[in-house]
Amino acid sequence: MSQITVRIPTPLRSHTGGAGEIAAVGATVGEVLEAVAARHEGLRRYLLDPSGEVRRFVNVYLGERNIQALDGLATPVGDAAVIHIVPAVAGGVS
Amino acid sequence: MRRTRPRDVPAALVLPRELRLQIRERAQAAYPHEACGLILGRPDPPVALRLGVARNLAVDRLADRYVLDPDAFLAADRTARAEDIEVIGIWHSHPDHPARPSATDLEGAWEGYSYVIVTTTAGGPGDLASWRLDGAGFAREPILGDREDRPS
Repeated sequence: MSQITVRIPTPLRSHTGGAGEIAAVGATVGEVLEAVAARHEGLRRYLLDPSGEVRRFVNVYLGERNIQALDGLATPVGDAAVIHIVPAVAGGVS
Repeated sequence: MRRTRPRDVPAALVLPRELRLQIRERAQAAYPHEACGLILGRPDPPVALRLGVARNLAVDRLADRYVLDPDAFLAADRTARAEDIEVIGIWHSHPDHPARPSATDLEGAWEGYSYVIVTTTAGGPGDLASWRLDGAGFAREPILGDREDRPS
């Protein structure tokens, strides 16, 4: 199990007691996010859908790379890795 | 400690004139396409200090949609954290449409961010307004300028 830093965007910090970073452990990105959601239950509905997949309106980065370009939630994480939760931002005129 | 603003006191975004000009210029440069970017600053009360550049990835619907490049968001967030500030909002343009949120804007909105929208037209940029998600809908957020500046 690796000790991972998870960076939380501003809108979700109301679910982490204001913390912008959380330390968590896990062998994969999915395990780490599950550990974070278990500890901060309010975050779960923003991060993971009922089937356990990443929600449509967030992007998850491991270091510099979007996990969509890796192995998704099954992507292994190394020691001292940083997972970044990035809001997906979209809209339009109508 | 996290500060909480009483619900009956409307938030106001401090967005200096120089940054409003930059938003209008960048938005107009993309016309007739939508443009978007990030606003970095202090969150509570919201004070914009500078802008972050982001591409619109909605390449098949650039005239009426935007998808902010998440790589740019990550880069802006890293820069902000290094300076002990935050991403506090998003700006985007509405070509030939009012500077108010659409149903599509609402669908993808996050609480806690300022959403600055600027109208662009063939004749130049138009209204600029800021909005904040408040419960199920958007509420207009007053914009304050800096000291030498008139409110927009």
